[in-house]
Amino acid sequence: MSATKASRIGEEIWKTRIDKVNAELVTLTYGTIVAQLCQDYDSNYQDVNKQLDKMGYNIGMRLIEDFLAKSGVGRCANFRETADMIAKVGFKIFLNVAPTVTNWSSDNNQFSLIFDENPLADFVELPDDGRAQDELWFSNILCGVLRGSLEMVQMQIEAHFVSDVLRGDDTTEMRVSLVRYIEDEMPPEEE
Amino acid sequence: MSYYFTILSPTDTPIFNIAFGTSKSGGDGIARFRFPDTAQYMNQFIIHSSLDIVEETQWTNGGMYLKHIDTYPPAAAYISAFLTPSGARFLLLHQPPQLPASNSSSLGASSLLGASGSTTRASSSSIAANPTSPQTEEAVRQFMNEIYESYVKTAMSPFYKQGMEIRSPVFRTKVTAAGKKWL
Repeated sequence: MSATKASRIGEEIWKTRIDKVNAELVTLTYGTIVAQLCQDYDSNYQDVNKQLDKMGYNIGMRLIEDFLAKSGVGRCANFRETADMIAKVGFKIFLNVAPTVTNWSSDNNQFSLIFDENPLADFVELPDDGRAQDELWFSNILCGVLRGSLEMVQMQIEAHFVSDVLRGDDTTEMRVSLVRYIEDEMPPEEE
Repeated sequence: MSYYFTILSPTDTPIFNIAFGTSKSGGDGIARFRFPDTAQYMNQFIIHSSLDIVEETQWTNGGMYLKHIDTYPPAAAYISAFLTPSGARFLLLHQPPQLPASNSSSLGASSLLGASGSTTRASSSSIAANPTSPQTEEAVRQFMNEIYESYVKTAMSPFYKQGMEIRSPVFRTKVTAAGKKWL
């Protein structure tokens, strides 16, 4: 399935089947969660990143079901197709953004998502304690969502942000790499 | 014209300060107050002393922009105020430039302060020279509204807490830009 077709599907579902909510509600709720985590972890941003990723993982594991039900798409033929599906359908229907898929590695197992806009990060300015700018990945929950949802469809991936406009970078970029396809395994024999 | 702009939290804590000069009619945007550099705190004194009047006026006036509400003649300083619904006060002190003293150059600095009160009301309608003209009121209103917009965005940041000092460089840039644009 081509990227343009995926865009069309995403657009169509977004228009017809998605309940919309106020953007500020999402932004402020997510912002509050992150700010609260920073406070709870005494500004240990590594831990905050980890916690956000974990929350995202739990969301992703359930969200994939919703995604498949709403989109009705079938199995992707390869990882490139998966990438387009994530960017043009997944992000489109849940966040109404369509990040650009780019920077493929030569073995087709790694790609980058470039976010032109990020509804989670509107209004946000990172704390100016001299560390948040270097340590906190504000939207890290998205990495967890991808990890969780792909795991449920037999793909073990690793996702992390490599740049973020909130930190003063030019772009917001997430790097996604396929670790392996999870084969069906027989449960360990019980004796 | 030189400006000193302050945002006060609802509990009268200053949360943002900036001094800048006019960029209109050839101004270079640098503040030149009449106080010596060692007495810049005078700006804060004058601004804060106008708070009583702000509080008197705020319930009699339906609008958020209170226009020019106070003057401090010894320094020829004029104060304009803008209130946000949540109780933050935006106060702008403007001080017209010292006019080139053609007749009083020999009288020394003290007379300049006295003379300026009358000269600033002189005919010119340019924003820089006449702090009480309708044009100035309008320019200040535009300025305040623009700042209000940026202030709301800054206050929406999840890491900003009500009443905290605004340290955001983005906000400072926006205020400077608004000053350049309108004043």
